[in-house]
Amino acid sequence: MFKYIKQLTSLVAMVAVLFTFTTESMAAKKSKTLKNTQKKGFVRCGVSQGLPGFSNADAAGNWTGVDVDVCRAVAAAVLGDANKVKFTPLSAKERFTALTSGEIDILSRNTTWTLSRDADIGLTFVGVNFYDGQGFMVRKSSGITSTSQFKNGISACTNIGTTTELNMRDFFNSKGISYEPVAFEKADEVVAAYDAGRCDTYTTDKSGLAAQRTKMKNPDEHIVLPETISKEPLGPVVRQGDAVWEDIVRWSLNTMIEAEEYGITSANADMMKTSDNPAIKRLVGAEGELGAAFGLDNDWSLRIIKQVGNYGESYKRNIADTGILPDRGPNQLWTKGGILYVPPAR
Amino acid sequence: MNFKLKDIVPQLITVIAVVLIFGFFTYNAQINMENRGIDFGYGFLSQESSFDVQFSLIEYDGSHSYFRAYLVGLLNTILVSVIGIIIATILGVIVGVARLSPNYLINKFAAFYVEFFRNIPLLLQIFFWYFAALRALPLPQDAEAMFGVFFLTIKGLYVPAFIWQNFNIFFYSIIAVIIATIVIKTYAKKVQENQGKQIPVFLISIGLIFILPLLSFLIGGVRLSFEVPVLKQLATTSFIYEGGVSLPPELIALTLSLSLYTATFIAECVRAGIQGVGKGQKEAAASIGLTPNQVLKLVIMPQALRIIIPPTTNQYLNLTKNSSLAAAIAYPDLVLVFAGTALMQTGKAIEIVSITMFTYLTLSISISILMNWYNKKIAIEEK
Repeated sequence: MFKYIKQLTSLVAMVAVLFTFTTESMAAKKSKTLKNTQKKGFVRCGVSQGLPGFSNADAAGNWTGVDVDVCRAVAAAVLGDANKVKFTPLSAKERFTALTSGEIDILSRNTTWTLSRDADIGLTFVGVNFYDGQGFMVRKSSGITSTSQFKNGISACTNIGTTTELNMRDFFNSKGISYEPVAFEKADEVVAAYDAGRCDTYTTDKSGLAAQRTKMKNPDEHIVLPETISKEPLGPVVRQGDAVWEDIVRWSLNTMIEAEEYGITSANADMMKTSDNPAIKRLVGAEGELGAAFGLDNDWSLRIIKQVGNYGESYKRNIADTGILPDRGPNQLWTKGGILYVPPAR
Repeated sequence: MNFKLKDIVPQLITVIAVVLIFGFFTYNAQINMENRGIDFGYGFLSQESSFDVQFSLIEYDGSHSYFRAYLVGLLNTILVSVIGIIIATILGVIVGVARLSPNYLINKFAAFYVEFFRNIPLLLQIFFWYFAALRALPLPQDAEAMFGVFFLTIKGLYVPAFIWQNFNIFFYSIIAVIIATIVIKTYAKKVQENQGKQIPVFLISIGLIFILPLLSFLIGGVRLSFEVPVLKQLATTSFIYEGGVSLPPELIALTLSLSLYTATFIAECVRAGIQGVGKGQKEAAASIGLTPNQVLKLVIMPQALRIIIPPTTNQYLNLTKNSSLAAAIAYPDLVLVFAGTALMQTGKAIEIVSITMFTYLTLSISISILMNWYNKKIAIEEK
């Protein structure tokens, strides 16, 4: 009896060792997060609780927005289907904990890239999908047209748990203006309180102001002041410690931007396979072995472009055509006067 | 020996299991945090917080430490809890007694109030008082003055500020009144026990409360003036009041909803307590010639209180814990300031959540101890 048990144990041990070896060699190419994602069959993506243009769900529960498109691009790359994403709406307060605790694998929720967030709390920012800055919204009837008209005692509505709270303090302190910060947990409540007249001004990222303005009772009664008081590079975030997954998310985003640069769209992507330009051919998977570096097939980038579109298409569909920010401003390609510039895919 | 072992072993196993479970979670958290490069430590508490808070009982701005921000949140939580408990108790007692009133209208109205407010979720009530009631309030420039000096606006309730001169003398006069009342009460009790005479302690103390502070004004050099809020224009359509004291609408809405909600439960406790005293007690007291007032004060209430206090303690605890719903309407309580903003700015989730949990635990236990002490004091002394 005991003899058998002994034999069985050694057999189990051998199998275990063998198994470890095989997975070990795979893990070099395949990350743990990638493996889990492929096993589950969907990408777990953290988004906002509703910010038009960035991540917003319609009545049927379909998510749209430029932040959403980053997650869809990753799903198209690793799973072959841009719709295989499970979206988790998160408040500003919950977002990092959800990511570090492993509830989600990508946080694509208009999140500002800062040093302390990148270095301190176990996160890695993979890039910037929207260059933003903090601004102020006021009622048109107030007659305020510039932040220089702000006076002592002004009350400002905003969200908690954001860089906004810190920028606001820096701004008002530098101007020597005393102010009343009214900070809510959810954006909808900020909008409701500001709309009711509780606050004189509403401050957050300018893209957010433009998006929330569309939710107001009467959007035309409000204006966004021209001043920008901070730099807010927004981008997707992943957990620290999975370099391959980090690369996949980074290059999924980069692919979208580079595709726009080379004029590859969801409509013409297949035709581009026969292009004369090797850079274009690499992007649509007709040349080189770019996917192998992540443990993906060679059509990963083609799928992103075909299913999600390039960055310009995503911007137009979500932000420009919805009337939120028709002018791309800094979020224009570097070749067209903006600051969107990504490393080459080669 | 065997018998003893049987007693000890299950307890020992329980203790070991609890220790193991906690140990496992601590270990697991440590490993996970190490893997993700998150540091653990409470050092951040002394760092500069660099965010401002809307409403604070102590001096605070972003140049103070996170620990000070914690204190700001804690004091705001205590403030809303204490005001809430006081209003809820007063309202609860009134409604509880009203439910026993022989008057049909009063009785039914009290019953309606209890059933209505205790059956609507508290968060919904908070939103109602904040968003629905807030929208109905006028803008500062349209506000009508109440009694000429109060202004209730969408931006808050503005009340005149007291400006004292020689406040300490006034304060001492109040202390003197309290000491005098206690002395007179003790003396009156002695006189009643020895000679059977009753001294009108209540009337005397009322008199003292008026006379002594008045004297402090007349001869003590105490001066009191008021600073009335004045409307100030910020922009064409944007106004505030300056001077005086401003109570933010968040505080008002939260206190109102917490008190109205908890008062329904206290009212039921009070009703149960009064109904729990035997009818015979009241009749017996009346038959020995006590006035209705004395019956209530000397016979009914002392017995009813014993039934009322324990469940009311629960309601006080509930109110304190429910105050954490403040985060929904921007009242800067402990959860919003510390477990909200501070947590986000530092990323120290485990540390901050543990401190917050421990704080609520301490608050609740303090209330429990206080109420248990009072309960013991009024309990029947068995001889």
